[in-house]
Amino acid sequence: MSRGTSVLFDVPGPRTRLRHRIYDVAALVLLVVGLVGLYFFLDAKGQLTYEDWEPFVTPEFMVALGEGWITTIQMALTAVLLALVFGVVLGVGKLSDHRWVRLPSALVVEFFRAVPLLLLIVFIFLTYGVGGGIGSYWSVVIGLMLYNGSVLAEIFRAGINALPPGQAEAAYAVGMRKTQVMTTILLPQAVKIMIPAIISQCVVALKDTSLGFYVLAPGLTAVGRSIYTEFRNQFQTVLVLALMYIVTNFILTLIATWVQKRYVGERDQLQVGAAGLSDQDTGLADAGTRHGQV
Amino acid sequence: MRMTRIKVAAVAAGLAMVAAGCGDAGSSGGETRDVEADENAEFESGTRMAELNEQGSIKIGVKFDQPGIGFKGASEDEPVGFDVEIGKILAADLGIAPEDIEWVETISDNREPFLEEGEVDLVVASYSITEERRQVVGQAGPYYETGQQLLVRSDSDISTVEDIKGTEVCSVTGSTSLENIEAEGATARGFDTYSECVDQVLNGSLDAMTTDGAILLGYAAEDPDNLKVVVEPFSEERYGVGYSKDAPEMCDFINDSLETAAEDGSYDEAFEITLGESGVETPELPALDPCA
Amino acid sequence: MEDIVSNFDLVLSGFWITLQLAFWSALGSLVIGALLVAMRVGPVRVLALFATSYVNIVRNTPLLVIFILVFAGFPALDLLVGTPFLVKGIVTMTIYTSPFVCEALRAGVNSVQLGQAEAARAIGMTFGQTMTQVVLPQAVRASVPPLTSVIIAMTKNTSIAAVFGLAEATARMRGFTNNNADDRILIFLVFALGYIVIVEAISGASWLLERRWRTVR
Repeated sequence: MSRGTSVLFDVPGPRTRLRHRIYDVAALVLLVVGLVGLYFFLDAKGQLTYEDWEPFVTPEFMVALGEGWITTIQMALTAVLLALVFGVVLGVGKLSDHRWVRLPSALVVEFFRAVPLLLLIVFIFLTYGVGGGIGSYWSVVIGLMLYNGSVLAEIFRAGINALPPGQAEAAYAVGMRKTQVMTTILLPQAVKIMIPAIISQCVVALKDTSLGFYVLAPGLTAVGRSIYTEFRNQFQTVLVLALMYIVTNFILTLIATWVQKRYVGERDQLQVGAAGLSDQDTGLADAGTRHGQV
Repeated sequence: MRMTRIKVAAVAAGLAMVAAGCGDAGSSGGETRDVEADENAEFESGTRMAELNEQGSIKIGVKFDQPGIGFKGASEDEPVGFDVEIGKILAADLGIAPEDIEWVETISDNREPFLEEGEVDLVVASYSITEERRQVVGQAGPYYETGQQLLVRSDSDISTVEDIKGTEVCSVTGSTSLENIEAEGATARGFDTYSECVDQVLNGSLDAMTTDGAILLGYAAEDPDNLKVVVEPFSEERYGVGYSKDAPEMCDFINDSLETAAEDGSYDEAFEITLGESGVETPELPALDPCA
Repeated sequence: MEDIVSNFDLVLSGFWITLQLAFWSALGSLVIGALLVAMRVGPVRVLALFATSYVNIVRNTPLLVIFILVFAGFPALDLLVGTPFLVKGIVTMTIYTSPFVCEALRAGVNSVQLGQAEAARAIGMTFGQTMTQVVLPQAVRASVPPLTSVIIAMTKNTSIAAVFGLAEATARMRGFTNNNADDRILIFLVFALGYIVIVEAISGASWLLERRWRTVR
């Protein structure tokens, strides 16, 4: 957005520009003073000592963090792949012409989108995870699959609905059957415009793997916990963990943006709202205006 | 494009310097005993002991997050603590060397299922003997007796159970200790591990932590300058060794092994290098429950 | 079965904490989010840069990590040591949710067409009038659907407070499940239903709000 043509202001004249320049400098000074203040504050609290940071340059702990990072990515990827399958099934179910398919699919989607992921994970873990069950790793992955699958089902449906109706009409006109229309005409096109939304969902899934913490699943945050348990450097550990998540997610976002530009063009990324009555069924809002998951 | 490449190279160089890993944190680690496997161990054929002896390896469930009892650091391969030492003593009597033990992390929720379904052969994980548990699994021992107490900062005024009315006390979510303390009039704060709970006490957010004295002693041993254990135990917990009900013969073996360890001093030694670090006196091995 | 019936007050007290957390965090996030969006779309570049960085950093960090920062990291800096747990929970939720609120509001501002403001200025409205009469009403309306999404997601996210000692609904469920292994599914459904009711209530309120505003337009 170029600043000159904002809906909020007129194009500024020379005097306003000067005033903005002054604000800029003032804000910059404030920011610098704030940062310097923060540095002295942290120093005074003894948070900048080498011992507190040492684990993060010690090979064993760097390896442990790296392994935790890989586990986290594995969990997120596995969950998203499974969620894709689950999501396509539910998405197609919600688009079905048969009420007895559509209704249960919609109910399942609504349920898993309305229930907090952590509640779901705790339930799966305590019911199927402990003992000889599926363990904490899979409890988290399955919880993520159910939740993200339901979100993807919505994204998927929005993707099909976003296609020009002429596509399906033309396919029916040349005599294709319902299944053929879905699998050979609609699905391939929808998947293409879904890809960026799917990658964005990876960011959500990656952040949510951290919830495994509560059921003793492995992963980056769990490694972080064992480090700060050992060294009592909670503050430093949090910064390192946050940095690792941010960089990973930033890379994922870059990929999503690139794929969007390369394969989809200028169209906005598909978005769906959180659970609730807010679906298209109620005519409240179309998926395009909603802004991403939290 | 060229600019990017130079930038990438610079970042890579920076990362390489970090990757060279000049740090040396946490190398001290916990103390452990060298235990030698009893090579002459012999058992009646058909017993679980004979199977394990034959197999030459064993799976033991321990806690990974309780300093002094069962704790595994992020960079370590093996847990350390009193429970771990007891596990090693038992394994040695089966003719299994410490390096052939597979340590499995257990949490309070999964100890019985692990034993029932054979995920582990033994559980030595601050595992209190109760009648309910003995319905589903075997528990030999006790090898240690403790009770619910309070862990407070060294400068705390809390010295009796009455003092905790109106204070905030933490323990592990859903534990009996937490329910007991709520009944005493404190606000209960549940955390999913003891470590987080003790951090809250150390940093001053909470007034006390409560659970079995043995676990509290482990934390006090780690940080004797800042933490102390107070209050006479107000419950009785007897730690036992869990085994599967399918192998009742394990009970006599475990009890014999514990008694031998008490006689030859390895029990004392195991305690001194773990929980004993907090300055608490080494206890006698408690009177063992007879095997059914 | 009996346990959850006879101790139903514990279920309610759990959801009461959930609601308190959700309400105050929503309020806090709306205020901070509005400040952030003002900085982000405003003319002062340094503030815009600051707001943008804050949004991008926090959005890519797991909420649990922010919980660890506030509950375990801040006390190490002698910050928030004596603060009640509920307040710390609200602070955490606000830090995390305000960037999403900022983005939802920004989407609303961006949806107002340039011609609207230009037309307002052309008929001689002052900056204040343009803002309060033309731009903001439309922007706020357009923000309602994305804001609803954010608030619903935030309400579900309050469950993570269970990890740090707040006895809200999810923590209570864990307690019940530990004591009554056989009723796990029932207990889960009771708590899930509680969350679904809250989510549908927020969603319904937003629907009413939007329908009312739509007829005015």
